[in-house]
Order: sequence, then C-alpha cells, then structure tokens
Amino acid sequence: MFDALIGPFIQFDFMRRALFGALVLALGAGPIGVFLMLRRMSLTGDAMAHAILPGAAIGFLIAGLSLPAMTLGGLIAGIVVATLTGLVTRYTVLKEDASLAAFYLLSLALGVTIVSLRGSNVDLMHVLFGSVLALDDAALILIAGIASITLLVLAATYRGLVMECVDPIYLRSVARIGTPLHLVFLGLVVLNLVGGFQALGTLLAVGLMMLPAATARFWSADVTMMVVIAVTAGMLSGIGGLLLSYHHGLPAGPAIILVAGLFYLVSLFLGRESGLIWSLLPRRHLEA
Amino acid sequence: MLHRRNIITLLAGTMLVGVSAAPAMAQERVSAVTTFSILGDLVSQVGGERVDVTTLVGPDGDGHVYSPSPADARRLTEADIVFKNGLLFEGWIDRLIDSSGTQAPVIAVAENIDAIPDAGHGHSHDDHGHDDHGHDHDDHGHDHDDLGHGHDDNGHGHDDHGHGHDDNGHGHDDHGHDHDDHGNDDHGHSHDDNDHGHDHDDHGHDDNGHGHDDHGHGHDDHGHAHGDDDHVHGDYDPHAWQDVGNVKVYVANIRDALIAHDPDGEELYRANAEAYIAELAALDADIHAAVAELPEGALVVTSHDAFRYFTHAYGLEFDAPVGTSTEVEATARDVARLIDTIRANDIRAVFAESLTDARLIEQIAREAGVPVAGTLYSDALSPPDGPAGTYIDMMRHNISLISEGLGS
Repeated sequence: MFDALIGPFIQFDFMRRALFGALVLALGAGPIGVFLMLRRMSLTGDAMAHAILPGAAIGFLIAGLSLPAMTLGGLIAGIVVATLTGLVTRYTVLKEDASLAAFYLLSLALGVTIVSLRGSNVDLMHVLFGSVLALDDAALILIAGIASITLLVLAATYRGLVMECVDPIYLRSVARIGTPLHLVFLGLVVLNLVGGFQALGTLLAVGLMMLPAATARFWSADVTMMVVIAVTAGMLSGIGGLLLSYHHGLPAGPAIILVAGLFYLVSLFLGRESGLIWSLLPRRHLEA
Repeated sequence: MLHRRNIITLLAGTMLVGVSAAPAMAQERVSAVTTFSILGDLVSQVGGERVDVTTLVGPDGDGHVYSPSPADARRLTEADIVFKNGLLFEGWIDRLIDSSGTQAPVIAVAENIDAIPDAGHGHSHDDHGHDDHGHDHDDHGHDHDDLGHGHDDNGHGHDDHGHGHDDNGHGHDDHGHDHDDHGNDDHGHSHDDNDHGHDHDDHGHDDNGHGHDDHGHGHDDHGHAHGDDDHVHGDYDPHAWQDVGNVKVYVANIRDALIAHDPDGEELYRANAEAYIAELAALDADIHAAVAELPEGALVVTSHDAFRYFTHAYGLEFDAPVGTSTEVEATARDVARLIDTIRANDIRAVFAESLTDARLIEQIAREAGVPVAGTLYSDALSPPDGPAGTYIDMMRHNISLISEGLGS
C-alpha cells in the first residue's frame, strides 16, 4: 500500500515535479474557483482560456518556442479581454456574460487570423500546452510564482472579494473599490489559467479551478471553509490523478481532472449542504 | 478548441476523382499540388523542370493536423494533378478536395505499399514480406518486386499494352493509342477500377487506378468510402516513408501518374525516376550499413513513435512516450517505463523530434541522466537551408545523428 502510494514519487523525479506542480496549482486555483462560482462566473474560466490562447500564439510567432514570450502574450491577451469585459459590464447595459463572450470571441478570431497570416503550421495548441509530466524548472517556477501572487493578492483583497460576492451593491455604496477589485480578480483568473496550461496540458486546466470549487459548495456555506475544502479537493485530485496515471496508464492531465470530477459527483450525492441523498431522506434531514 | 485529426474518408475511392479535365497542353508545365514537404520533394525529383510543385504543408509543418486555408483550396482547383500520402496521414485533404471542386486526379502515393497496422507495437511481422498477392492484384505485386530490384521498372506495364484489364489504372497500356480519346477508353477502365476498389476496401487497402476513372464512378466510390470510414480509421501507420523501399514505390507511383497525365514527358519522368531510385538504393544500403554498426540492442528513444517503418525495414528499435499520433497525451506509466528502459539498457542518448514539443523528452533525458543528442526529422522536412531540406538529406541526417548518439 505504502509502495503504491508513495513509491512512484520516491522513485521518479518527474513524478515529484508533477506532484509539486499539481499541488501548487490547486493552491492557487482553488480559491479563484470558489470566488468565480460565488460570483456566478463559473464559465468565465473557460471563456477566458480561449481568450488567452491567441495571445500566447502571437507570443510564439514573435519569439518562437519560448515559455516567457508565450506566457506574457497569453497574459496580455487575457488581461485585455478581462479589462474590457469588466469595464463594459460596469458602465454599459451589457451583462458580464455577454460582454465576455463578445471580447473572447473577438480575441480568438484575431489570434487565428494572425496565425494563419503568418502561414505557420506548427500545431500551436501543442506548443502552448505543457504536460504535467514534463514540468521543467522554468515551468515550476512559473506555477509557483503564480500561486504565490494569487495567495498574496487574495489575502490583501479578501474582505472586499467576500463582501462583493455577498452584496456588490452595498460594497459599491460604501467604497469605490468595486471596479478595480473586479479587474484585479479577473487578472488572477488569467494568471492561474496560464499556469494551468503549463501543468495540465489542455483546456482541462479550467477543471482544476471549477470542479473543486463546486465540490466545496456541497460541504459548506462559509466562504473560507469553501476555499479550504476546494484547495484540499484539488490537491487530492492531483495526487490521485498522478497515481492513476502511473499505475493504470491513463493520460496524466485528464486523470487528474477525472478524479476531481469524481469528488464532485460524490459530493453531489453525499454533500452536507443539499446533497441529493438528503432530499431522498427528508425525515432524517429534518430531524438533524 | 484543440485541433482534432480530421479523419473523414477511407482512401478507397477518393483518389478516383476523375481525370475528366483535359490533359495539359503540350509544352505547358504541369502544376502539381502535394500535401506535405516530403512528398513535395519526391514529386520535384521525378517531375524535374516539367512540373511546378506546390506544397500545402510546408517545411516544419505538421501534416497530421493542418487547417487548410481558402488559398489552399484555390491551389487545388488550379492544379493539374494532386499527390497525397494516403493511409489517412492527411485526413483533412479529402474534405478540401471535395470543397475545392478540383477536377485534378488525386494520387495516393502510399496506396500499394505494405502498410503496417497501427494497432500497438510489434504486430508488424504478420504483414511483413512481399505477400502482396493476398490482398493486392498482380500488377502491383510486380510493381513492388521490380522496385525492390531498383532498376527494371521501365518494364512495368509495357507488356500489358492493349490489355487494360490487367493493368488497371496505371496508364502505360494507354500510352500511344489513347491519349487523344481519354473519355471513351477510360470508361472501360473505370469499370475495372471500380471492381478493384471494392475488393480492396475490404482490406482497408487501396489500389485503385490513378485517376483513370471517370468522374461519375469516382463519385460512387466516394460515397462508399464515407460509409467505411469508421472501422478503417487509423488502421495503418501512415509514416511509410521511413522505409526507403516504400519511397521507391512512392516514386514509381508518382512517375506513373505524371506519365498518365502528361505523356509527352514520359522520357524525362522515367529518366528522373530511375536516377532518383538509384540514389534511394544507395541511401537504403547506407542506412543498412549504419544500423549494422550500432551496438547490440541499440534503442532510439524519441518523442513520438513515427519510425515503425524504419524498424520494420532496418531492424533498429525505437521507443517513445506517445504513439504514432502527435495528439495523444503521455501517461506517467509510459514515462516511468521509458526511464527504466534507458537506465536498464545503458542507452547513451535520446532524441528530440522536429514537430514535437521537446519538453517531455528533455524531462526523460534529465531524469535518466543522458543527453538529448539532437533533433530527428520524421514527418516534415526542414527548410531548405536546414539539415533535412530534402528527403534523402533527412534520412541521412537522422541516421548519422543516431550513429553519433548511440555508436560506440
């Protein structure tokens, strides 16, 4: 048992790197996912992931296969889309979902056009995405740096973020930080997605953000508890997915997300907060 | 968002798009479109100055997952003749051909090679050898044998003069009496082709004629091909050019197709093909010699498994963390297995690949404590000034890199 759980990580350096990457990613992505969910922006991560790709592709076309250039390009594209989305949402009649859809699609089309004009045909999606099994020092530093920034910024803005989740109109009435706060938060979303691409290899990166958050909601109504549960669930998914990949030959990135999905499904049924099983057993629920 | 490999169509039939367009005018250069860089080089070698070659997926481009542009469709429309690899290597080409409405004949150059099934490792031996007769008609069997000897391919088809039913679609029998009235004669042939097409569908093989079918029949077969798509999908490993012997077949197919399209150039095409096949024979011998000098149990570890024809032809083993497609994600188990293999067998170096992300192979090299000895070219040529600007340069580059990396 011990061998099966710990052995692969002791024996192989690439497994240790993968584990470190997955744990650190879960640390940053967990809280981001919780706040996205509470703001009813659960699909924002997915849309934003598409907005990032063209920027990263442009970075590749300018600087070649260079991790910093692609990361920077992705960040810029993501932040531009996030900022424009946030501004349009705050100052026009268009709601967040509509303005985000507009801008990410624009960004996507622009990126595809630029790639096509250059006539390059290296499959950029393969280049942009890393693999959790191929994390080199640069990628690990990137992921760790992103997680650190995320946690620091979250710590500094935590009260405001929680308050805005609960009552954005109240926050706007007592302080003028609502809009900047929102933009900072969207910036964090973009950062974590870029890190996730490196680690998980595909758009599944969004999965490590949203699935643990949705899982957490079934166990607690308290924001801080949700964050703790989401991070824990994300980390356990990372460990479980890597072990599955090692012992049963599943592709590593999808295996991690499948484990996260399993936690979600179990919570959906058994979760203390409105898990389905409690609605099937109404009397016991009432007694409790 | 991710590109998916657009596998649509079984080979059978799609290349039967007719040659109803008028043959190129004498003196005019033939405009040929090829799907990827290696094929472009081969067609240039055979076509010489009579043929303008346009390649859709250029050097360092991945032919598996290409997204064609309207300009590509226009090139197809303007083409006199189209060459593709076949064996579902470039799954996107058939849709593009359909939508471009091109009347040019489409030649799958890998149509009559001994294809290696794509299911797992080490199953190739069943299909090894020249047992073409099992699923190939006589004509092609001969073709292959002739090519094996490298020189007397001129004889191909001439015996068949006037007996079209033996030599379906290769076109030599047509020579001399037919290129004025293509339409009528082809009609007779197309019936033949069609029968063969159905025969070979059953084997997932395609030995249909080189565009001698008339358009109507081509269409029929096309529909049929769509129906068969699902279970033929990915049956064969398409990277056949890693065996120089197969490329001789490619060259003969290219030559025959060019002659069929442009009979006036026959002499040139035959001469070019013969000279080039002689070069290929020398290359083949050099690779055999280089592999023979490698230490016992030499293993080439590289990014993705595109070298199974090389193993098949030259007996050198390859291993990779992912399979033949660049689309598949690696598993931790395979990576661990590969690292153990490198350590256990005292492998001295691993190799990156030109179209594949090198990060995973670098990780493996770092952990196994061996260097990455260089970049192999498997699915595309390098730009002309690179180390693998032509097919022959590519093969020589690969084998010399392997010899340096693994030699004693």
